[in-house]
Amino acid sequence: MTLIEARGLAVRHGALPVLRDVDIAVRAGEIVTILGPNGSGKSTLVRALIGLEPAAAGAVVRRPGLRIGYVPQRLQIDPVLPLTVRRFLSLPRRVADAEAAAALERTGVGGLGARQMSALSGGQLQRVLLARALLGRPEILILDEPTQGLDQIGEAAFYRLLEEVRQESGAAVLMVSHDLHVVMSTSDRVICLNGHVCCEGAPKVVSAAPEYRALFGHGTGGALALYRHEHDHDHDHGEGPHHHHHHDHAHEAEDA
Amino acid sequence: MPDDFLIRAALAGIGLMLAAGPLGAFVVWRRMAYMGDATAHAAVLGVALALATELPVAFGTGVVALAMALAVAGLSGRGRTADTALGVLAHSALALGLVAVSFLKGVRVDLSAYLFGDVLSVTRGDLVWIWGGAAAVLALLAWRWNRLLTATVNEELAQAAGLDPRREKLVLTLALALVVAVAIKIVGALLVAAMLIIPAASARAFARTPEAMAAWAVGLGIVAVLAGLWASLGFDTPAGPSIVAAAAAIFCLSLIPGRSAR
Repeated sequence: MTLIEARGLAVRHGALPVLRDVDIAVRAGEIVTILGPNGSGKSTLVRALIGLEPAAAGAVVRRPGLRIGYVPQRLQIDPVLPLTVRRFLSLPRRVADAEAAAALERTGVGGLGARQMSALSGGQLQRVLLARALLGRPEILILDEPTQGLDQIGEAAFYRLLEEVRQESGAAVLMVSHDLHVVMSTSDRVICLNGHVCCEGAPKVVSAAPEYRALFGHGTGGALALYRHEHDHDHDHGEGPHHHHHHDHAHEAEDA
Repeated sequence: MPDDFLIRAALAGIGLMLAAGPLGAFVVWRRMAYMGDATAHAAVLGVALALATELPVAFGTGVVALAMALAVAGLSGRGRTADTALGVLAHSALALGLVAVSFLKGVRVDLSAYLFGDVLSVTRGDLVWIWGGAAAVLALLAWRWNRLLTATVNEELAQAAGLDPRREKLVLTLALALVVAVAIKIVGALLVAAMLIIPAASARAFARTPEAMAAWAVGLGIVAVLAGLWASLGFDTPAGPSIVAAAAAIFCLSLIPGRSAR
């Protein structure tokens, strides 16, 4: 059963086309990862699916009454706003204390209810955001780069948590990542995006697809190199010319 | 037993803070301090127009303050030029108001009463208007509290939850105009924004939740009103500025470390 889908979706930011001819669908219970380099329109696609971006062409079709649990890319809470984790969970729908405590427990941050939101670490904040999303009993969880700012161990743990949640609740998961290497084991399906859908399929199939290699370089080494390149600018040495060639290519594709 | 005029002044100040406390908290959270200023400055133009057209002053200030708040809200949604546009709008409205008042030869206008307030001359009729306005603002905020708060925490989360952040912003804009219209008699157009922002900013140090911060803002604001009136009587200082000075003193006390509830 299809929960949410984009049909021939195009999105523009002013005159700039960000997405074109995007056809994707998420069915009940599956974990789908949208993969793409920076500026490929991943976040825009997620925002369009939720209804935060208007479609310039095509349409987003949601199953009527679909309950979506949304975890944004980042949440900056100004310290001038006093807000405990417990209070945050009741926005905008008030939830019972027991329910809130259970959700925090489930995502591994039990006991943080009295903590101020602005005092949470990146990993804790992501888990609190996930707990809030779970409180709405979602049929689909939509996460925009949920592990940004986490180290690789934290990242792996968060994806395991997502898989457990999927198994327990049966909720589908649609998430955005820029690193196939990390989501490989958790995803049922990967959609490779660069303004349009380049390729799509099981992680193993996608990692071997020429379209994927054109975007990310060869194999997981390429994905990892890209990952490192974005996070560590001193890492240029030892990365061979291959990586740079493909990196540049990705940016050309974006600009086109 | 204090004199009647003093009791009326205190009641007026308390009424103002009941609305200005929670609204001020939103102004601080959303970084809308400039908006309070602009709206208040525009109120002077409202006074002039009201006097010229012989409409009630509170009505005139309310309408012009609302128009100003809407203009500012519209502009601030459109990027960086908003800051400049604000400066232009706010000060033009203030200057135009002052010029317009000078044309009103027929009426004797004590302009300083509108710039700095005249809380000691509050009448029973004024009290009805102040408390009515404050109750309306309070009811509006209470009704939409969770929605307003969600939109303040994060617009995307609010939108994903089916809320319209622009509508919530409009609600706050409306409340702001109403508070300015109510407050102009008490602290005057130049100091309205002070009573929105200073008590709320002081309240931050004592609060762990948004609701607690709003309540503390009301409480600290009322203390400032009473202390300011007392000082005004004892030292024969102007009442409105004395109230704001008391609020500023409370803010300084709130900065003493060791009490922060972060």
